[in-house]
Amino acid sequence: MTESFEPKITAFVCNWCTYAGADLTGTSRINYQSNVRVLRVPCTGRIDFMLLMKAFQKGSDGVIVSGCHPNDCHYTSGNYHARRRWMVYKDLMDFMGVDTNRVTFSWVSAAEGARWAQLVNEVTDNIRNLGPYAEYKALAVAGIE
Amino acid sequence: MRIGYYPGCSLLGSSREFDESTRAVLTALGVELTEVSDWNCCGASSAHVLNHELSLALPARILALAEQAGITEILAPCAACSNRLLSAQQELAAHPEKIAEIEAAIGMPYKGTAKIVNILEVLGRLKDQIAAKTTKPFAKKVANYYGCLLVRPPRVVNFDRPEDPQSMDLMVKAVGATPVEWPFKTECCGAAFSVTRTDIVAKLSGKLVKDAVKRGADVIVVACPMCHSNLDLRRSEINEYLGEQHGIPAMFITQVIGLALGLDPVALGIQRHMVPVEFKETAAASAQ
Amino acid sequence: MSRIGVFTCHCGENIGATVDCAKVAEMCKHVPGVAHSVDYKYMCSDPGQRMMQEAIKEHNLDGVVVAACSPRMHEPTFRRAVSNAGVNPYMCEMANLREHCSWVHEKNDATTQKAADLIRVLVEKIKHNTPLYPIKVPVTKTAMVVGGGVAGIQVALDIANGGHKVILVEKSPSIGGHMSQLSETFPTLDCSQCILTPRMVEAAQHPNITLMTYSEVEKVDGFIGNFKVTVRKKARKLDEKLCTGCGLCIQKCPNKKISDEFNEGLGTRTAIYVPFPQAVPNRPVIDTLNCTFYKTGKCKVCEKVCPTNAIRFEQEDELVTIDIGAIVLATGFKLMKTEAFPEYGYGKHKDIIDGMQFERLASASGPTAGVMKRPSDGKEPETVVFIACSGSRDRSKGVPYCSKVCCMYTAKHAMLYKHKVHSGKAYVFYMDIRAAGKDYDEFVRRAIEEDDVKYIRGRVSKIYEEDGKLIVKGADTLMGGEPVEIKADMVVLATAVQSNDRSEELAQTLHVSYDTYGFFAEAHPKLRPVETNTGGIFLAGACQAPRDIPESVAQASAAASKVLGLFSQDQLTREPIVAVVNRQAGPTYSYCVGCFLCQTACPYQAIEQEQILARNGEVIKTIARINPGLCQGCGTCVATCRTKAIDLQGFSNEQLYAEIMTL
Repeated sequence: MTESFEPKITAFVCNWCTYAGADLTGTSRINYQSNVRVLRVPCTGRIDFMLLMKAFQKGSDGVIVSGCHPNDCHYTSGNYHARRRWMVYKDLMDFMGVDTNRVTFSWVSAAEGARWAQLVNEVTDNIRNLGPYAEYKALAVAGIE
Repeated sequence: MRIGYYPGCSLLGSSREFDESTRAVLTALGVELTEVSDWNCCGASSAHVLNHELSLALPARILALAEQAGITEILAPCAACSNRLLSAQQELAAHPEKIAEIEAAIGMPYKGTAKIVNILEVLGRLKDQIAAKTTKPFAKKVANYYGCLLVRPPRVVNFDRPEDPQSMDLMVKAVGATPVEWPFKTECCGAAFSVTRTDIVAKLSGKLVKDAVKRGADVIVVACPMCHSNLDLRRSEINEYLGEQHGIPAMFITQVIGLALGLDPVALGIQRHMVPVEFKETAAASAQ
Repeated sequence: MSRIGVFTCHCGENIGATVDCAKVAEMCKHVPGVAHSVDYKYMCSDPGQRMMQEAIKEHNLDGVVVAACSPRMHEPTFRRAVSNAGVNPYMCEMANLREHCSWVHEKNDATTQKAADLIRVLVEKIKHNTPLYPIKVPVTKTAMVVGGGVAGIQVALDIANGGHKVILVEKSPSIGGHMSQLSETFPTLDCSQCILTPRMVEAAQHPNITLMTYSEVEKVDGFIGNFKVTVRKKARKLDEKLCTGCGLCIQKCPNKKISDEFNEGLGTRTAIYVPFPQAVPNRPVIDTLNCTFYKTGKCKVCEKVCPTNAIRFEQEDELVTIDIGAIVLATGFKLMKTEAFPEYGYGKHKDIIDGMQFERLASASGPTAGVMKRPSDGKEPETVVFIACSGSRDRSKGVPYCSKVCCMYTAKHAMLYKHKVHSGKAYVFYMDIRAAGKDYDEFVRRAIEEDDVKYIRGRVSKIYEEDGKLIVKGADTLMGGEPVEIKADMVVLATAVQSNDRSEELAQTLHVSYDTYGFFAEAHPKLRPVETNTGGIFLAGACQAPRDIPESVAQASAAASKVLGLFSQDQLTREPIVAVVNRQAGPTYSYCVGCFLCQTACPYQAIEQEQILARNGEVIKTIARINPGLCQGCGTCVATCRTKAIDLQGFSNEQLYAEIMTL
């Protein structure tokens, strides 16, 4: 069962750096695993963490959040907001019993096509090892959703 | 202040006076030295160019012994020793995966917690006390010679400015000496060629001696046994190479401070030098 | 029920070879809300677009998903096509089947399934899309140029000649910048001041240009076409209108021993001064840090001798706010100081100088009137060593980049020296000679072959002083690393070009990005080299990266053409991807509770406070309001909002949740 398990990965990426970086991965024809589904947002600052919870609820086994490197944000400081929010939210997720290993926070710039492929492969392998996120159902039953 | 002490081979052999004067001065200043028991060679000069593992294992054993003895700070007066200890410690800190292999080689646990300090760092902390206790100001013009290993490579030793260092200059000022402005503070003395290629040493150290004299120095002050042996032990070769007779003495910084503190010159090992520590004659010689 | 059309593109073989496009199109037919689904070889081609437009009409579609390449590539193309068929362009979304799927995955069922998934996600998104309309904003047709060097002057003149008002802001008392300090210029050896000063005068006299010298940008609000810039006019301590520039005050000032910035510390000036004789405007300033009156309360000699009573000791800085449509940054560079080189004596040797100091020594208007005299004792140097790449391409100095101009100016310096001291010896230590430019390599060859400058490929490890000579110790790497020792009388370091002081501060004031080294970042390194990521702000010259004069001028004219293009429109249209605050009928009026956390999060100060008033004028509620002109659409406020009162058009909560629900 575990061997045939193909994880569902949802990636929230910013339009200016990581989305463009993932485009570059394509232009450079760097192969990576096809488990990831990319959702484009203007900036990581736009990402409300309720979106992540919803992604888990809808059956995602892992989530990637990726934007511009510090200092490179197209909107000057959106990625800093995302980073701070993540720092706070991580503890909250932990407290609620959500496995924080299933969320990967990363920076991938528009020039880092290879980095994007590497990131997706790492996360996919990691989540494949962790197995399906069955615990979330248990949490939902406990009323945390 | 209590501090661990690793003398290394030079301080037992060719540079006994560095050991004697270090112990004498630090005792006079109330510092208690705990020698690392059963210490071994640090691997200087040769290990790190021949066998990388050995160059980590030798210093690691010394540090591990120090840790076992509860030493948190370890003084290695020899510049080559402190450099090797620091290099090994930093490499193992940067590559913790190598520690197991090294521990197996030395047969004891290694943590790398002891802080390694050189003699100038220790004296620097006691500078105010030294200035206060100075009874016989060392009123000489001094060429401070740091050599290469004390301040380089900066990323390893992280001590003073790698070009034009200042710590020894400030130290000799505290005991009444006047440092001369000279450009060869960190120039090469020939180092380990002392044994194999004395001709190179004569040429390189000759430049140092000549320039120190020209800039009016009465004495060259060093903090490294290798520097000292090249400037002192090889003086006859230097003079022969230069075709000039230079009697300017080379002294360890600890000897200079010891004299200023009024300690017995014999206890400081002054009599052990090949170039006698006699100032009036040298001043006259350089005036010629 | 939505009527959405899905158009799957093969992109020739690019998508078609990996993804089974026909199967994808077939799968999409069964997605609820999809009224039409086809695949085609090249969607972006003319027939492809026409087919799409016909399908929109035939099937009465109200939304379109184009499954093709990256939206960063063709979103504008397809949105235009959809718009031409009568559907709101923002009802069109693109699924990235090429860059994010076919190019990066193997040909198998999972890849085809992923392609279908990517489309399904956007079908769900479109169901929640609303038609959006571009935002129109007016344009103030006045430009501000920050920095009055050669780049800034060129920008100002080009815009002014294009018929628009320009305000040229310069922080020092005169325009002219570094170019006014240069003696001759490479590769022609023509006099720098002779070609620059006429341009300076032209700028000063141009009816469309207003000079604001001795002034600095303090604050910038607003957005493209509608900036409000606050400029601090530093007090010159004199009435510029009354002053005639006669210079009597300068002659009589008793305080004459102040280190002269224009001469790079090689000369002296008075406390009331003009930086150089050709300064524009030719009006002095009082250096209050060094003026005897400001230090002791006595003197006022300048006031006594001034024939027009123009001196104003009590004058204060003045803040002026100006409406501006476009800003061009041309703030230039600075050189690394010789103090930064421990191996060359931490700047303690007077005869080790930097390139700009050499320019002043060689300049006819310099402290030695162009006669070669070394700074320490005024003797003519018989041997001069030039060290290229001093600091540049040196990671330990924090400058890994090439400063670009040094190879050329070092060759120029060596030549100028040889032309002035015929018997002299000139040595150049270099790493590589980078002389790419029109007539550049020929120029360097001339220095080597005709002027007998000795080029030594290698680094200098140390310089020390002995018997009044500087001993330069280096290596000749073309001779197997053989040590070289040269007894020099003077050493010139071609020190690294660095971003100007306070450039990062200025970048933050203007919300433009900058790189690790403080140089301003262009919007795209190849295709948008003079624009910044902030609309309406452009770049010219060495504030972006090290540049020589021809490049700075070319870039300046490019920036000016961008500004003129902007000013050719009376109104600007902007993407309607902006945030909006929820409004509804009373008694709630809005979900917004007025915490204004969003205001602190917004990087553009786009969020204002709005009062909801009752008929009697009483304030019922204070809520946030987003200025659509300022909002850039990052959405940080949306994620920050506690009550979910703010939403981002085009990336609304509803749209994003719809996408996630499809996964």
